[in-house]
Amino acid sequence: MFPDHDTAETRPAGRGWAKGYPRRRRPAFGVLILALACFCLPNASALAQDETPEEKGLRIARETSARNDGFENFTAGLTMVLRDRHGRESIRKMRFKVLEVQGDGDKSLFVFDRPRDVRGTALLTHAHIDTHDDQWLYLPALKRVKRISASRRSGSFMGSEFSYEDMSSPEVEEYTYKYLRDEPCGNLTCTVTEQVPRDEESGYSRKVVWQDTGELRTWKMELYDRKGSHLKTLAIANYRQYLDRYWRAENQTMINHLTGAVTVLKWTEFRFRTDLSDSEFTHTALRRVR
Amino acid sequence: MIHLACRCATRRLHATCLALLACLCLVAGTGAALAEHEFSGKLSLVTRWFPRTADFDGQRNYNAGFVAEPQLYLEEPDKFSVTIAPFFRYDAADRTQTHFDLREAYLLLNGPLGENEWELRLGIDRVFWGVVETRNLVDIVNQTDLVENPNEKIKLGQPMAHLTLSGGWGVGEVFLISYHRLRTFPGRGGRLRPALKIDNSLATYESGAKEWHLDFAARYSHTFGPLDLGLSFFDGTGREPVMRPAAFQLVQGQPIPGALAPHYEQVRQFGLDAQLTIEAWLLKLEAIHRSGASNIVGKKEGFAAFVVGGEYTFSGIFESDADLSLLAEWLIDSRRHRSTNQYQNDLFFGVRLSLNDVQGAAFTLGTLIDLDYGTRTLSLEFDRRLTDSVSVKAEAILMLHVDEADAIVYPTRHDSFVGMKLAYSF
Repeated sequence: MFPDHDTAETRPAGRGWAKGYPRRRRPAFGVLILALACFCLPNASALAQDETPEEKGLRIARETSARNDGFENFTAGLTMVLRDRHGRESIRKMRFKVLEVQGDGDKSLFVFDRPRDVRGTALLTHAHIDTHDDQWLYLPALKRVKRISASRRSGSFMGSEFSYEDMSSPEVEEYTYKYLRDEPCGNLTCTVTEQVPRDEESGYSRKVVWQDTGELRTWKMELYDRKGSHLKTLAIANYRQYLDRYWRAENQTMINHLTGAVTVLKWTEFRFRTDLSDSEFTHTALRRVR
Repeated sequence: MIHLACRCATRRLHATCLALLACLCLVAGTGAALAEHEFSGKLSLVTRWFPRTADFDGQRNYNAGFVAEPQLYLEEPDKFSVTIAPFFRYDAADRTQTHFDLREAYLLLNGPLGENEWELRLGIDRVFWGVVETRNLVDIVNQTDLVENPNEKIKLGQPMAHLTLSGGWGVGEVFLISYHRLRTFPGRGGRLRPALKIDNSLATYESGAKEWHLDFAARYSHTFGPLDLGLSFFDGTGREPVMRPAAFQLVQGQPIPGALAPHYEQVRQFGLDAQLTIEAWLLKLEAIHRSGASNIVGKKEGFAAFVVGGEYTFSGIFESDADLSLLAEWLIDSRRHRSTNQYQNDLFFGVRLSLNDVQGAAFTLGTLIDLDYGTRTLSLEFDRRLTDSVSVKAEAILMLHVDEADAIVYPTRHDSFVGMKLAYSF
């Protein structure tokens, strides 16, 4: 008799369920990918003699990206602990899988287990390199597959301090770069780079990124909002290497300096090069999701 | 939970269903022996309050009930899976509204077929077709459960065989459907019903095979960049009945009907659903052509109907995480005054505010305006989580103005209501 907005009943907390997900070139396994690396960077100082800071920043970004190519696919579990400034916690649990697509953006799937009221809800993304991503939400209560807008990136993912933009994997062309300095970070030496998003829809005016010079793993990131204020800081820890090449971090902690809220991401059970196939990232597969 | 369902079923269900249920209980019992199983579900307390005095005998000003929706999933990895999802509602105010249904009980098989993929679902299942928010015209596979909600979005389980083939060319599906389900209606004590009670025990069919008529349905769907397109076909027993006066009694020598009997006809329907997704815009269309169905005066009349509209979302309004969506849809039926439903020429406007906070709070306000009769209704909805597993939903539908000429809505003109639902998911 009257429309019932099913999205309202089944939507997980957080922006993006009724409307959108960020435009992005690679799927949402995010910061994680920045935090990767493989073999050692060739002796950077020798190469860098005639480079401008911009050229050097770009070279590091390209190298970081190249080191993540060829992973084919992986699956992982993800727990998010959301803590507000009063210390109240809430938990999100989901499963994630991603398939590398040659010549285009990757395909990825999130399946939510908690909160319980959104259990079985799934988010399928077909990322594209030169156009907007395609994104579908599966609402198990109505068995409905719903195409949603993927045009907005700066909104909160599941009500957490991570935005969709933070959860997505950056493409080299999405930023302009500037090498700032090298400095010690823990036992390692880090190269510090400034990244400025080209996309006006980005929630950030710039990011400052700390990567160790050897493996190019990202350890820290400072995120500045559109007004230039230091909005959030991301700290990354507990790296493990898979297939002797791909580095993945198990812990990522995002602090919002404006609200005092903190979100901790805990990744578990990384499995690379499983028997995932293209048919697990389709509409019909979305309806089968458990 | 299954045992509870079985017990309830003995009173109300068709013998066939009972036999099926017994099988399912058996499956559930042995299911634990399968490699993987998962038990989940939802328990809800629901209540509705109708502030205006009822117009018809027996109707109450409230209803309150308890709904259980357990779900059992069994899987033999890489071979098959079985899903069983019963539904039970106990209603304190209206005996007819206490009901049991098997929403889902199916076996699922799937595998590769060259470059393509096949999937087979056998048993009771629910299938959703459509894109719009107000009324999904193309969605014809499952029967509507009007007891649960007058919005026509809650569906009964339907026995079927459902074969899907998919590949780079799109998704093709065929359905063989039998054992037609009767649409559920509020009983004598329920609100939001016509003056005469609808008596399902008097239901009739056009087909001699009655509920066992074999229905056929097919759908093709594909994504073309920003466009999601679906073409569908249905041939079989219609889901939307025509109402015939029945249970006549002589009052002062005049035969007076005591109830309405639903009559289900053989229909053929072609459907189209399309959504164009461009940045923050969603543009939507659903259109059908249906033949074989009777109009409001009981004469067969082929007709076309469509819903066209869209949605635009402002993200992160007022520098917050909140999103504001504006929705508009126009519903039209070529039969107009001869239409069997109230959406013959109606305009819907809605606003949805999603706070995108930890609790997932969302507020929706909508209004439906009948362009022919001037009937206006307003709907409000609010929902949020209270804890990880408990959520609350409040809704209200207000009949702002109902014109006497709007014969379908007029009997419900005093049925504005406020409802609450508290749900525990596990």
